[in-house]
Amino acid sequence: MALAFDEYGRPFIILKEQDQKTRLRGIEAQKANISAGKAVARILRTSLGPKGMDKILQSPDGDVTITNDGATILEQMDVDNQIAKLMVELSRSQDYEIGDGTTGVVVMAGALLEQAERLLERGIHPIRVAEGYEMASRIAVEHLEHISQKFDFGTTNIEPLVQTCMTTLSSKIVNRCKRHLAEISVKAVLSVADLERKDVNLDMIKVEGKVGGKLEDTELIYGITVDKDMSHPQMPKQIEDAKIAILTCPFEPPKPKTKHKVDIDTVEKFQTLRLQEQKYFDDMVQKCKDVGATLVICQWGFDDEANHLLMHRNLPAVRWVGGVELELIAIATGGRIVPRFQELTPEKLGKAGLVREKSFGTTKDKMLYIEHCANSRAVTIFIRGGNKMMIEETKRSIHDALCVARNLIRNNSIVYGGGSAEISCSIAVEAGADKYPGVEQYAIRAFADALDSVPMALAENSGLQPIETLSAVKSQQIKENYPHYGIDCNDVGTNDMRQQDVFETLIGKQQQILLATQVVKMILKIDDVISPSDY
Amino acid sequence: MAIEKIFKDDATEEKGERARMASFVGAIAITDLVKTTLGPKGMDKILQSTGRGHGVTVTNDGATILKSLHIDNPAAKVLIDISKVQDDEVGDGTTSVVVLAGELLREAEKLVAAKIHPMTIISGYRMAAECARSALLQRVVDNKEDAEKFKSDLMKIAMTTLSSKILSQDKEHFAQLAVDAVMRLKGSTNLEAIQIIKKPGGSLKDSFLDEGFILDKKIGLGQPKRIENAKILVANTAMDTDKVKIYGARVRVDSMSKVAEIEGAEKEKMREKVQKIIAHGINCFVNRQLIYNFPEELFADAGILAIEHADFDGIERLALVTGGDIASTFDNPESVKLGHCKVIEEIMIGEDKLIHFSGVEMGQACTIVLRGASHHMLDEAERSLHDALCVLSQTVNDTRVLLGGGWPEMIMSKEVDELARKTPGKKSHAIEAFSRALVAIPTIIADNAGLDSADLVAQLRAAHHKEGCNAGIDVISGSVGDMAELGISESFKVKQAVLLSATEAAEMILRVDEIITCAPRQREDRM
Repeated sequence: MALAFDEYGRPFIILKEQDQKTRLRGIEAQKANISAGKAVARILRTSLGPKGMDKILQSPDGDVTITNDGATILEQMDVDNQIAKLMVELSRSQDYEIGDGTTGVVVMAGALLEQAERLLERGIHPIRVAEGYEMASRIAVEHLEHISQKFDFGTTNIEPLVQTCMTTLSSKIVNRCKRHLAEISVKAVLSVADLERKDVNLDMIKVEGKVGGKLEDTELIYGITVDKDMSHPQMPKQIEDAKIAILTCPFEPPKPKTKHKVDIDTVEKFQTLRLQEQKYFDDMVQKCKDVGATLVICQWGFDDEANHLLMHRNLPAVRWVGGVELELIAIATGGRIVPRFQELTPEKLGKAGLVREKSFGTTKDKMLYIEHCANSRAVTIFIRGGNKMMIEETKRSIHDALCVARNLIRNNSIVYGGGSAEISCSIAVEAGADKYPGVEQYAIRAFADALDSVPMALAENSGLQPIETLSAVKSQQIKENYPHYGIDCNDVGTNDMRQQDVFETLIGKQQQILLATQVVKMILKIDDVISPSDY
Repeated sequence: MAIEKIFKDDATEEKGERARMASFVGAIAITDLVKTTLGPKGMDKILQSTGRGHGVTVTNDGATILKSLHIDNPAAKVLIDISKVQDDEVGDGTTSVVVLAGELLREAEKLVAAKIHPMTIISGYRMAAECARSALLQRVVDNKEDAEKFKSDLMKIAMTTLSSKILSQDKEHFAQLAVDAVMRLKGSTNLEAIQIIKKPGGSLKDSFLDEGFILDKKIGLGQPKRIENAKILVANTAMDTDKVKIYGARVRVDSMSKVAEIEGAEKEKMREKVQKIIAHGINCFVNRQLIYNFPEELFADAGILAIEHADFDGIERLALVTGGDIASTFDNPESVKLGHCKVIEEIMIGEDKLIHFSGVEMGQACTIVLRGASHHMLDEAERSLHDALCVLSQTVNDTRVLLGGGWPEMIMSKEVDELARKTPGKKSHAIEAFSRALVAIPTIIADNAGLDSADLVAQLRAAHHKEGCNAGIDVISGSVGDMAELGISESFKVKQAVLLSATEAAEMILRVDEIITCAPRQREDRM
């Protein structure tokens, strides 16, 4: 710990409890940060690409997650180091913004840090490095725009969208039936998309999973599934042309918010109260019946009596439906959520063509399907799979695919995958470097080298010779001036990513480069780390 | 400068070879653990719980064994999970699925040691699994049309399933029980309708299927013990103190006489309720909740049989079999559907009195009464019977049937071997390994039976070289036998689920190259 001393040799205490804190400064701090960042990137490096491996993560409670998704790995890793936390944030923001490429962005940032370390050793000031990176990232992003292609798709021609989703899914464990899942994802996104505004609300797509069956049994349901069953075992299991009353009030006697007490002191009062109570139940059910509802979905529970009355009046009901699901049902069926029985009107009822209960396997698991809704804009993807971890991983993969499809609808530009975009950018940045006078030139060149690390990792994970493969592809790109040569991960026999139909979204790639650069800049600017030491 | 740690203090990280090794070792250990329970001569395990009382379970059921283990190894957890899912989904084959997954990993370990990339192994396994499945599909027998034959198929399947369990001595008896019970369900997979009652005493042979419904309850005091042409009201209502449900209501009185009045009113209320119930014209009343002495007395006076505190399942089943509604209010008797049955009587099984409903309207539900020497025995018998029932109910829906006794494995292995010969590249090694893993199952069955597995499996393989052969391992005589003649069958659905989930699980574990274990959550000491 560096201490300042005054003229009498007594130490100045600047920080509170200074002697209990560790402090790293200057180049030491930068190097420590860089090595932490690199360590995180190294963990993810092997998960990149179609031949990337998975990680097992065991949570503090002993639950096991097996995943290939960068954001999930980092989130569950429970890191302690500050810089590592920054990397986790980085991956998360890529996840929020784009939904895919969460591994790539971290690998990229790791590579940039590695290059920066070398520059720092040569005595280049971190800020200059950061500025160089900034310039280089601008060149790269522009170049991406330049090599990107637009493609057309419509509600009938979904092939390009499916292809792009397949690229995303091919790195996951579900790649066995990627075609099937990609089609499901695209159809789901298209059915909720607002093509004119180019907007997709992913909240309208519900992803549900249930263990059992095969992955191939995964299906897209134009409607909603609810993991609930009818409140009374003898209610009808199938309702056609249902009119649904969506309630957020319990089938119970009202509980006024103001504190009150009802005192019973005579027999008459006791009896009136009893009659009153019976009337309450009767009224509630009658009101639902009067407006013409044929199904009641309620957020709260029912009293036994109410339950029987409902059953008695032939009014099927579902209780304890969660708030989010309730909203989705309301959207899908075009109904309104009704908070009070008095406000029930026929217009507020939702409509669905078919509501049915379906049971699975040998246990008494039941689910409620609400299909053929008035507004088919809410859909459910229902995943089946061999075990719990498989379902969870499939959910994450589907989420990635959905995000990619959404991004394409927002902006239909694509770049080619397989590392081709990175290699092409690297060439462009390298060429651009010479135009800049000053020290930044070195940083820009370093950036170009860092870009190479993504295809390098791809080649490495696919069991190819990384340096040989990369240099061959690079020279091929320059020689033929064709930016779509990439790494042939699946051993198909051609380097042309266009023929292999490996696409990625333009905004995803741009975002990766920008986010990685930003985080690296932030890390480079730190020159003092003060942390409480272990005790 | 040292690389500082990124993780929290107690977290561990294992990479590459070490991680792979850890998961292989974990998975194989689990496999070896349950391996010895496989097949008709498989042994049982005793499980002692760490909880209070150190309860003991003796079982042969893979899912039950694995469920009770406390495992720390993540790969082992994956295997336990697939076994659990197998149990939920098809009910049987819980041991086979774990053994197959474990054997696949054991083979994969050798391949990885021979420097074949895990991804190559995975793609080989996938091709092999697909090929194995289609081989099975070609050989399935479907006797859907022929009811007689189908019934005998079911019988065979039930016997095959039961033969590896404790019930194997009386397997014919139990197979008959299970088939009868499932046939009554008429295609529904709702096993809830089959009630299993365990009563210690007697021998396993004394177990029987009752077409009616048996409720493990006693008849109230002073009420008729036998009713013919019963009209039953099934209810879920409070018959103790029917409290006022309006929020905030309370009784405040200023004198003792008032208390008495209120009490009188309460009694009156109950009496009215009972009157209303009686007005349904019933002679039997079954309630899910308690019935207090006062209403019980009223019922007795009216000559009505009142049964209290039937549990949820009991009520639902009773409603199902008698065809009545479950009622909670009693104001309009005309619209409540009553349940009917011919005779209600109290019967004795062993020393316990039970209530027996016979001649019920809907024949879907039934009750199986299990008898046996001890609780452990009964528990295990119940699990075995449950397995058989699950398999049968699934087979009723998917009527495709295969032969058993290692026959499907040999068929698959033969096809997969052929595929391996045709496939160029490193994948063929993986495909070959898949076939070896498949053969491991008959090998283990033979080993467990104390037979010369190497010899038997070789004979079996030779027999399978001919087209359309039905050879499998006949454990009883210790030789290769014709499975069709011996009547050993398995359900296609179970075999397919075993194949697919085992491959999926093996794939999942193979893909892993890093294990990160977070620091265990700190438990607060409650000392």
